[in-house]
Amino acid sequence: MRNESTALDGGFSAPVQDAQAVFRAVMDAMARPATIVEIRPPVTPPAPLPPIIGAIASTLLDADTPIWLDPTLGQSPEVGEWLVFHTGASFTDQPGEASFALIGDGSAFPDLDTFAQGTQEYPDRSATLVIAIEAFDGGTPLCLRGPGILDRATIAPRGLPKDFAEQWEENTQRFPRGVDLVLATGDSLVCLPRTARLIAREMEV
Amino acid sequence: MNAMSRNATYNFAYLDEQTKRMIRRAILKAIAIPGYQVPFASREMPMPYGWGTGGVQVTAAILGPDDVLKVIDQGADDTTNAVSIRKFFERVAGIETTTHTAEATIIQTRHRIPEAPLAEGQVLVYQVPIPEPLRFLEPRETETRKMHALEEYGLMHVKLYEDIAKNGHIATTYAYPVKVEGRYVMDPSPTPKFDNPKMHMSAALQLFGAGREKRIYALPPHTEVVSLDFEDHPFEVQRFDRPCALCGAEQVYLDEIVLDDRGGRMFVCSDTDHCETRRAEGHRGELGGELSGEAK
Repeated sequence: MRNESTALDGGFSAPVQDAQAVFRAVMDAMARPATIVEIRPPVTPPAPLPPIIGAIASTLLDADTPIWLDPTLGQSPEVGEWLVFHTGASFTDQPGEASFALIGDGSAFPDLDTFAQGTQEYPDRSATLVIAIEAFDGGTPLCLRGPGILDRATIAPRGLPKDFAEQWEENTQRFPRGVDLVLATGDSLVCLPRTARLIAREMEV
Repeated sequence: MNAMSRNATYNFAYLDEQTKRMIRRAILKAIAIPGYQVPFASREMPMPYGWGTGGVQVTAAILGPDDVLKVIDQGADDTTNAVSIRKFFERVAGIETTTHTAEATIIQTRHRIPEAPLAEGQVLVYQVPIPEPLRFLEPRETETRKMHALEEYGLMHVKLYEDIAKNGHIATTYAYPVKVEGRYVMDPSPTPKFDNPKMHMSAALQLFGAGREKRIYALPPHTEVVSLDFEDHPFEVQRFDRPCALCGAEQVYLDEIVLDDRGGRMFVCSDTDHCETRRAEGHRGELGGELSGEAK
């Protein structure tokens, strides 16, 4: 009974407006890579699912989108039940079969190339990874350029794997295939589409 | 007041939420792969194909209660298609609409890009009839998809070359193919080639919806958009040998208007908002003076 009420509570209070507001934040962020977009997550999912990831999941997921959960989120039955009730999506334990991967611990997740990359004919059939990280500064600086970025932009996400820059470089080189990332802290997000190419990491300190 | 006048029988912005989610996912992938056409499950809309069902679905999926919508058809805010789409969204979403380019957060267009430069944060939504630039050269979807996958665009250059061989210049004047970020060849929809340079490094997000053909594609802001050409036949836009007859604007796209049955005609701005704004600022063309009450 307790689990049931946890699963039913904490969704969008105004589903149409809330989903639209979250989507516009994600769309703006995807169109302007490396730009920090703030949102107030309008959902309260059970821990350890971060509210901002719960909000993105409620906005974009449904029965057509298999989800992969990282061990941090996957070990919690409450999180699974909440996602099923509020999105109707199904789960897969194969990263390569998921259209969305929800990652509660950004410092350790499978390599980017284990997720669906899309095909050369259908590069849109690739995974979107929604990753909880600690902050957008204090990590290894990533200097980026590409569509959506005027000249260049730098972020230093803290809480990603040590070899993230190398993995990201490989991901951008697979263009038009490749995964797209949504990096999220408590109340803000940054998107890294596969077009955001790394400039030589001269800023590394 | 707007919320009161909204028709509450429909979900906000007409589409159901599952359809919006599907379109929203397609839009995100389209932004991540600029110029690539993402297939989507286009819905029947309460208007015929060819009236902008693709653009309407994209607008409905991104639209929020705080948005201000402008709709243009051939640059004009007051033509049938523009008026009916604007009224559609006033009725099913209760949102504010405008004819002023600078006031709009979302601009849905058929054929033209406004003359006034677009700003950061604005979204331009195109209604696209035929999204596939290679379709008239290769009718099979399986083949055009492979050509995009292999970046095999020789056929398009042959087509432009044949233009030169037959006419002495590239005779394509609208839906002029562009290359996006050096990768995908894209159809900018039937905009006149005059507007192609405005797509390049635009500050606004550009989204393209093709309802009948079930494709969505996108250009993020600050994206390189290059019109295809040859070194010895560089891309050129149309030039007009006279200014707008109403507002005197030069370097804008003009429409021809027949005045009588003796060959009389005038050329005026295709972008009605641009023309009205200029006239309000006191600019006058050769036929503009007598039409305006405020001129002394």
